[in-house]
Formats: sequence, structure tokens, C-alpha cells
Amino acid sequence: MRKIKSETIIKAIENLCAKANFELPEDVLKSLEQNVALENGIAKDILEEIIENASIAKKEQIPLCQDTGTANFFVKLGHDVALEEDIYNIINNGVSLGYTNNYLRKSIVSDPIERKNTKDNTPANIYIDMVSGDKIEITFLPKGGGSENASTLKMLVPSAGWNGVKEFVLSSVSDKGRNACPPLVIGIGIGGNFASVGLMSKKALLREIGSENKSVFYNKKEKELLSNINKLNIGPMGMGGKTTALAVFIETEPAHIASLPIAVSIQCHSCRRKTIMV
Amino acid sequence: MKINLKDLILNTKTLKAGQKILLSGIIYTARDAAHKRIIDILDSGKEVPFNLKNAAIYYCGPTPAKPGNVIGVCGPTTSSRMDVFTPRILKEGVKFLIGKGTRSETVVNSIKETGSVYLVATGGIAALLSKTVKKASLIAFEDLGPEAIYKLEVENMPLIVAIDSLGGDIFRVRSKLLNNSTA
Repeated sequence: MRKIKSETIIKAIENLCAKANFELPEDVLKSLEQNVALENGIAKDILEEIIENASIAKKEQIPLCQDTGTANFFVKLGHDVALEEDIYNIINNGVSLGYTNNYLRKSIVSDPIERKNTKDNTPANIYIDMVSGDKIEITFLPKGGGSENASTLKMLVPSAGWNGVKEFVLSSVSDKGRNACPPLVIGIGIGGNFASVGLMSKKALLREIGSENKSVFYNKKEKELLSNINKLNIGPMGMGGKTTALAVFIETEPAHIASLPIAVSIQCHSCRRKTIMV
Repeated sequence: MKINLKDLILNTKTLKAGQKILLSGIIYTARDAAHKRIIDILDSGKEVPFNLKNAAIYYCGPTPAKPGNVIGVCGPTTSSRMDVFTPRILKEGVKFLIGKGTRSETVVNSIKETGSVYLVATGGIAALLSKTVKKASLIAFEDLGPEAIYKLEVENMPLIVAIDSLGGDIFRVRSKLLNNSTA
């Protein structure tokens, strides 16, 4: 067993909260730059503003967006890791310090109806997969509320098939994409059950833009959907254009014989994510 | 085009949907929770924390300011969540709304009736927009944290006229938004 001190992980999370919110991932920046050439007028101006913003935020180490998000953590916890305390406590302590010490916005209310701010952006949403080994891989996805509100989930029936999935994805983006700060990244979960399909769609957002789906079938479908979405003429910030989405990523799970669950996680252009190993 | 809010109040008709402007003047941040409170205060007949007559409201909840900075980063939030409050707010005299994204048909009509204007800033460029804020002061609802009301003095804030005082709507014109589709 490898012993890891709470302090080590807390420090790493604190730093991760800042870095992920200050620096747009290279693949996202590259994709935005590629799309500038395809646009003109307002659409082009907006993409250029987004790129300039990324450069200011990185240089000054300030947040890219005022919505520094819900703190989502995807953790691969090695079986041979011995922790001093509950992993959930450790991560939440890191988030509290990270959001407070780095002047990030606290956007969490303790109750959905009463709506009182918790003042340190906790609790984080923490998803843990147990894996072999003696390391912890932690991926942080700070996600804004505006784009999260545009996300959708539906229990389709098996006869709906791929066409049903495609129709649902396109109508979701078409109905709600404009207000979710496009160009978007679209994470899609297909299969599993009501509980797992949403998480799948969220995990899909962690893929690097430009990476291929391991399945030949779904790789082709991702490209087909991206092409269809970019014909919707929603464009940057919903004011028309060719760049409605930068990428579409699909994750799947086996499903019940009666069910075809589908979830669409809508991610804004400020597609902030960062992974560390402890 | 550079525009000062003070010069614009009496003549909102000069702005046309699709026009790019650099706005200077005083604007007040207010988002979901602040809107709800303002409406509650109006309903109870008490005085709201700032003069709504001819005011500009910015749908924004900034990050806390780093020591030495005027404000944290401060981009727009999704305007459509405020749609339910907006006709009342406009009736009370607010002239300028600043946010991001589409508005409901009811809001478009209300903008037309009151001769007000809806402006949009690019979402997710809060670091860039924070550079246009020259002064910031907290004026009300401190307990709401990021949803408190701040008075901001902005200089050359880059905006696009999204819905003009005649009801011209960039989202409906440019991307063929259907009347029934406003997420």
C-alpha cells in the first residue's frame, strides 16, 4: 500500500481549481483558432474575442469566465492507495481552499429551493472509479450553470434506434444551444440506465478535441452529428454562423432490452478541464 | 461605434439590432436572486436600492476581486432566466438590459412598448470584459454573494445590439430563430 497524506492531495486540488479556471486547454484553443478561418462578420469577431480572453486570463492568472462552475471531479482511485481519511472530505477541503484563495466564484446553494450560498463552492460533485495500482488520477471539470441548464435526458424506446438518438441530439442543440455559449462541445451518453446515462454524457466531455472514438461505428456517428449540428446556423453566441459545436463525443453502455436512454451534456466554449496524477 | 449611456437615454432609437457598440457609463449588476428581491421590494411599496428610471441592468455575477483589482472577472449570464421579471422591470423605467442569449416574445414586445434596448456581451470572455470596468462598488444584497448588486462604471464595453427599441431581434433575423423556440 502507498500512503498518501491528505495534505498532498488537498494542495494539488487547490492548485488544480485555479489552473483549470485560468487556462483554456490547448486542444480547445486550437479548435477555436481553426474555426476563425471559417467565419466572417460577428461570428468571426466573437471567436477572436474568445481567443483574446484566453490569452488575458492565462497571462494574468484570472478566471476565463465569471462562472467558475460546479466543481466536478472524476477520480480513478488505485486499490493500493491508503488515505488518511475519506476521499470526499479531502477533495472538498481542496475545493474550499482552491475557490477561496484564488478568488473564484462561489456558485453553490445548499438547498435547491431555499437557495442559500455555501460560500466556498462545496460540495463538489465527485465520481469515483476504483482501478488497480497505487496512484490517484484526478480530472477536474468546472462547469458553468448556463450550459448545464441546456443539457437534456430522455428515455427512448429501442425501436427509436440511431435515428431517434440523432433527432433528440439535434433538437436538444437546436432548442437550447443558443443560450449555452456556443461554440459548444457536446457530450452524449447512450444506453445504461436513467442514472448512468447522464454521468456517461458528462464523462464524454473529458475527451480531447480531435481525438477519435475507439468504436469505428460511433466515431463515424460523432462526425455525422457534428456536421449536422454545424448546419443549424446557430453559430458563436447564437448569432448565426458555421461554428455551433467544436466537437461531439459519444459514450455508450449496455442497456436493458426495453430501454434506450440518451443524455446530452452541453458544454460551453469555455471547455475547462485538467487532469493530475497524485 | 462609441456610445455613452447618458447621451442615449433620450434617443434609444438610434440603436439598431446587429450594431456593434463600445458602451461607457454606469450599469448595475443584477441576476436571478437580485431580480426576485427587487420585484418583492416593489410589491411591498418600499424603495429599491438604485433608481430604476433610465437605468442599465447587467445580468452578471462577478468573481471576487483579487487584491488590487477593481473587480473580479465579470461576463454576462443567460438573460432568458430573467424573462419572467423583465416586463415589470422595464415598466418601472429600466432602459437598458445587458446579458447574453435570446429573449422570449413577451420580452421583445415589452422592449418595443417601453422603447428600451437589449444588448449582448459575448459569454465566457469575463477576463476581457473586466478590463472595461473602471470602478465598482457593492450597493445592495451583500448576503447574496455573487448575486449582490454592484454599481459599475464601464468604459468602452464591447456589446452588440440584440433587440432594438423597435423590436428588431438579431437572433430572429440572423439565425432564423422560430418564434416558439427560446430556450
